[in-house]
Amino acid sequence: MGDNSLVLGHRVSEWCGIAPVLEEDIALANTALDLIGQTQLWLGLAAECEDRGRDADALAFRRDVWDFRNLLLVEQPNRDFGHTMMRQFLFDAWHSLVLAALKSSDNSEIAAIAEKSLKEVTYHLERSSDTVIALGNGTEESHKRMQAGLDRLWPYVGEMFLTDKHDLIDVAALRPAFDELTNDVLRTATLSIPTDNFTHKGGKTGARHTEHLGHMIATMQFLPRAYPDAKW
Amino acid sequence: MYAQMVKSTGTGVKSLDEMEPQERAFQERINAGDKIEPKDWMPEGYRKNLIRQIGQHAHSEIVGQLPEGNWITRAPTLERKAILLAKVQDEAGHGLYLYCAAETLGATRDELTEMLLDGRMKYSSIFNYPTLTWADMGAVGWLVDGAAIMNQVPLQRTSYGPYARAMVRICKEESFHQRQGFDIMMTMAKGTDAQKHMAQDAFNRFWGPSLMMFGPSDENSVHSAQSMAWKIKMNSNDELRQKFVDQTVPQAEYLGLTVPDENLKWNEEKGGYNFSQPDWDEFFDVLRGNGPETTERMEARNKAWDDGAWVRDGMMAHAAKKKAMKVAAE
Ligand SMILES: [Fe+2]
Ligand SMILES: [Fe+2]
Ligand SMILES: [Fe+2]
Repeated sequence: MGDNSLVLGHRVSEWCGIAPVLEEDIALANTALDLIGQTQLWLGLAAECEDRGRDADALAFRRDVWDFRNLLLVEQPNRDFGHTMMRQFLFDAWHSLVLAALKSSDNSEIAAIAEKSLKEVTYHLERSSDTVIALGNGTEESHKRMQAGLDRLWPYVGEMFLTDKHDLIDVAALRPAFDELTNDVLRTATLSIPTDNFTHKGGKTGARHTEHLGHMIATMQFLPRAYPDAKW
Repeated sequence: MYAQMVKSTGTGVKSLDEMEPQERAFQERINAGDKIEPKDWMPEGYRKNLIRQIGQHAHSEIVGQLPEGNWITRAPTLERKAILLAKVQDEAGHGLYLYCAAETLGATRDELTEMLLDGRMKYSSIFNYPTLTWADMGAVGWLVDGAAIMNQVPLQRTSYGPYARAMVRICKEESFHQRQGFDIMMTMAKGTDAQKHMAQDAFNRFWGPSLMMFGPSDENSVHSAQSMAWKIKMNSNDELRQKFVDQTVPQAEYLGLTVPDENLKWNEEKGGYNFSQPDWDEFFDVLRGNGPETTERMEARNKAWDDGAWVRDGMMAHAAKKKAMKVAAE
């Protein structure tokens, strides 16, 4: 959970100062801020559970690619605003379902983080749904770009629903709810849902990330790596 | 400052006796400390001047996102990343308030943006400088936001109501900006040798350009005199620069940093520091578009605007469709 919010938060923060309109600059920064805040909580808890003297920053800034456990979807580059918002929408839909399930976790710390995050993510989903609908159903050009975003990102959707032994909840069981939620929005946006359900995998297990992640962490980790003794 | 070298349209300040009754009544309201509101009568020069000044200030907030945005993806801790993101987000918000204030004078955000992008309007010279190390995030918050506060606190009392109210909201956030910058500088200045070196280097590079933010001396400028009579400029440039130096030098000493000015000396008589003027030739070069990062800044803003055109068009088209559907349903 922490790696997902870290990697996506980082991606969204790349929009700083260059969004299509001022209101989007502010909204994107807001999303990034929420995600970075969630990262602090999840990775903080992970470090505590691990109990080897690392903290959230050590996990974020001192691990290499193979140790990251984020979904391939969130490490995809921003490309254009259409891709960015489509990636956000697909992730928000999944994220809100997962957090809703984690809210009733037996572990009170997990439940608390999930509850806090869900409030933020419910708002993210509302916003990204509205944007997907508006641009899907805007001009011919905006429709084309949103469809291109959906087609390009669809092969990364399936990975979100592959349950493995580390999962606290059965994510595969969330797929019908996800389909219902996204079908509804995508149909209103006049977009066609791809029929090929092939999926890339390897992000969540760490077995095989895309090349994009290495470049992201090279940027992100530059300072703590270059000056290992420094405190910031 | 954020609005440097705004030329007023008047030819000099008229005395009350020289004014037509309408203008005289207007000036008397200003003298009495009244706020001018959008629906009130105002001289054309006052309106034009304010649009230029508020527009330039708004553009500065927007372009000002870029030098700090340059380090958001390289912030060294999660906490620093969140703080910097929040800070830059504030600056976008400041731009928004100010464009709204300009809108009340009849200049739309899109018009002002077009003028920024084709070079007809300017933004503060300071944002044409590169941010090269993480310590620059400290220097920018500490010095650049510090200089901005110095100018903007008095502007909360400016004569134009919407501008004054925008300034009140902005000033509340600016002090957080300066504190986070000072906090970065402090951590760096007390850190490893490499960090200390970065801190001093950032200070060396930003000291002169920060002094330039107040603009060249305007003691004898008719433009400044008019703006001051209208209370859209509250202090002279030299006055604010002196105040800034007097405030900053003790802070630098506290940090253990050396002010890059051999002539810096306390002057008991004036109760302030003597200091060297920044390189005004460089300043005018920057204003002419030859700042070290000017081309990059304008390229970045133009690219953002052009790349975003289909998004803005799409949003508008969708809003129009929704409206048409609502009308049809009624
Ligand atoms: Fe500012
Ligand atoms: Fe600001
Ligand atoms: Fe600021």
